Amino acid sequence: MAVEGNNARATFLPGLIALAAATVYMVALLAVEQQALIISLLFAGIAAVVAAAWLGLFGSVSRSFADHEDALGLFAVLALLVVAAYFHEDHFVLLLVITVLLYGVATLGLNIQFGYAGVLNFAGASFFGIGAYTSAVLNTYTVLPHLLVLLAGGLLAALIGSLLLLPVLRTRGHYAAVVTIAFALLFKTFLEVNDIVGGPQGMRVPSMKILGWSFNDGIEIGGVSFSFYMNYFVVSLLLLIGAFVLVRRLERSWIGLNLDALRLDETAAGCFGLDIVRWKITAFLIGNFIIGLAGAMFGMVGGFVAPNNYSFADSLILVSILLLGGIGNPWGLMAATFIVVVVPEKLQTIQEYRFLLYALMVIAVLLFRPEGLLPRPVRRYFPGWRP
Amino acid sequence: MAAVSPLLQARGLVRRFGGVVALDGLDLAVAPNEILGLIGPNGSGKTTFFNVVTGIYDADEGHVTFDGRDITKAAPHAVYQAGISRTFQRSRLSLPLSIFDNIMVGNHKHLNQGLWFNLFTRGAFKREFEASYHAARALVEVFEPALAERMFEPAAGLPMIDRRRIEICRALISGPKLLLLDEPSAGMTHEETTELMDDILLVRERNKNLTIIIVEHEMGVIERITDRCVVLNFGRKIADGPYRAVASDAQVQEAYLGVE
Repeated sequence: MAVEGNNARATFLPGLIALAAATVYMVALLAVEQQALIISLLFAGIAAVVAAAWLGLFGSVSRSFADHEDALGLFAVLALLVVAAYFHEDHFVLLLVITVLLYGVATLGLNIQFGYAGVLNFAGASFFGIGAYTSAVLNTYTVLPHLLVLLAGGLLAALIGSLLLLPVLRTRGHYAAVVTIAFALLFKTFLEVNDIVGGPQGMRVPSMKILGWSFNDGIEIGGVSFSFYMNYFVVSLLLLIGAFVLVRRLERSWIGLNLDALRLDETAAGCFGLDIVRWKITAFLIGNFIIGLAGAMFGMVGGFVAPNNYSFADSLILVSILLLGGIGNPWGLMAATFIVVVVPEKLQTIQEYRFLLYALMVIAVLLFRPEGLLPRPVRRYFPGWRP
Repeated sequence: MAAVSPLLQARGLVRRFGGVVALDGLDLAVAPNEILGLIGPNGSGKTTFFNVVTGIYDADEGHVTFDGRDITKAAPHAVYQAGISRTFQRSRLSLPLSIFDNIMVGNHKHLNQGLWFNLFTRGAFKREFEASYHAARALVEVFEPALAERMFEPAAGLPMIDRRRIEICRALISGPKLLLLDEPSAGMTHEETTELMDDILLVRERNKNLTIIIVEHEMGVIERITDRCVVLNFGRKIADGPYRAVASDAQVQEAYLGVE
């Protein structure tokens, strides 16, 4: 592994240490309850990251990830399992972790549109909401198996998203963004005036059942009892792994290259054979499918959907995760999702100032790290591949 | 003009921008394997001609046929599929992408674009990727062996001469029948331009079926490499023939080379 020379593969130790440190920090932050401790922990985290950056540690971590991503990915999954095991009885923390996982899935979908194809979508929360409402309606009124309901949520988000295709394809940049903003506003109004989906009060979502396995029952294995959220955690984790692998492969393929090429220079891309319309549609539909899938799961986890949870402001939160994490870098997006979802929940006292916090965070990142916390590296088609 | 049927033929091409007539009934033909120089003062319609041929602009009137097919109304990606590729006057590389990625953008038609292939058959994808890597590397080595060692570095860090080289590799990788070069010398020294042209001729030497149209202000380049020159002025052809003949043409001297 430690061959001399320029082309030597990096060892995976730095990546492993970084993952372990992140896991310990995650557990600590989720476990502490006193405001003073939380705040000092947050400052310690920021200081540690700044110090690591100053010492140039990120370079070796990112080289380590570039060469051993598959192995480190397995460790990341393991780390999440450790976190869940640590909090196996704690409903609140598990729900928070599941929220991170599912927002992570949605952000990955948005990343395909925004980060790769450059198609602005400021209605992410609406497509997430379409998924959630799909599970509410289908679980209430039909006996469709719930795994198919998840799929239906994704498909419906893609289908309704395709209504936006024509205006989005015919406009560019800011104008396309305005189209999606209009959709986000219309969507919320549509939900509020529609009594079938509960109007402004929203509606309950019957809990998830797969092959007779009811997700809202607690589990006991070998005398240890687990929160019923553990069921949802497992399925959410599987969704995240699936979405992550899919997005990774998409980026590391000719399709990812096509999307980058058309984002960076539509005219030049067209001159080299890219059918711009085809690839924009592909990116938009796949992205919405993933967002809708996450939304459908989220609806069942929360057990309740209401128009206020899928507003334009929530779409902006998804976009801010993208900017914060590093557009196009799935690892950065996961870190940013954790920060954006967990920090406001832990800082109950500043709850009212959530948006102020986002604004400050996004401005600070844009000022000091314009490409996000973990900027996207140059494409490597196969981790560790050498000519 | 030789008796063989032309590879590219434009008849009566007209393109207007508001009141400006950029192309005014242009007739132009290029024979297979020819190197045609397209010259003329600024604003005489050379780049507009490239943009109309490649489908970036629509022609207001007239027709373009390529290899026996009418491509007048074809979209840019269809023109590329037919076998025409180009470089741009101002460098248009995707700077955040690696050298390899930039060249692969030009290889679109030889890469399997299927969703299933790209996402789920990674073994087959890896074989195509490795074959593409070796092809791209071999092409880059013709231009600059040192660059071939840096295939996965971003294009942003490269000096102008290397960016031009990569741009030309991007245009050549798909094995086009016709290459449109739009001012390849822009932003480079005389020596760099000479070197670049020699490399292009070397690639052409290996691939006999490459026809080139080159727009250039550097008359030394035009004189050295072209078989024939067409001179444009206000969107019209004012001279057509070998460089020596058009350079001594009175009309051309007045329009382009200036009066001494």
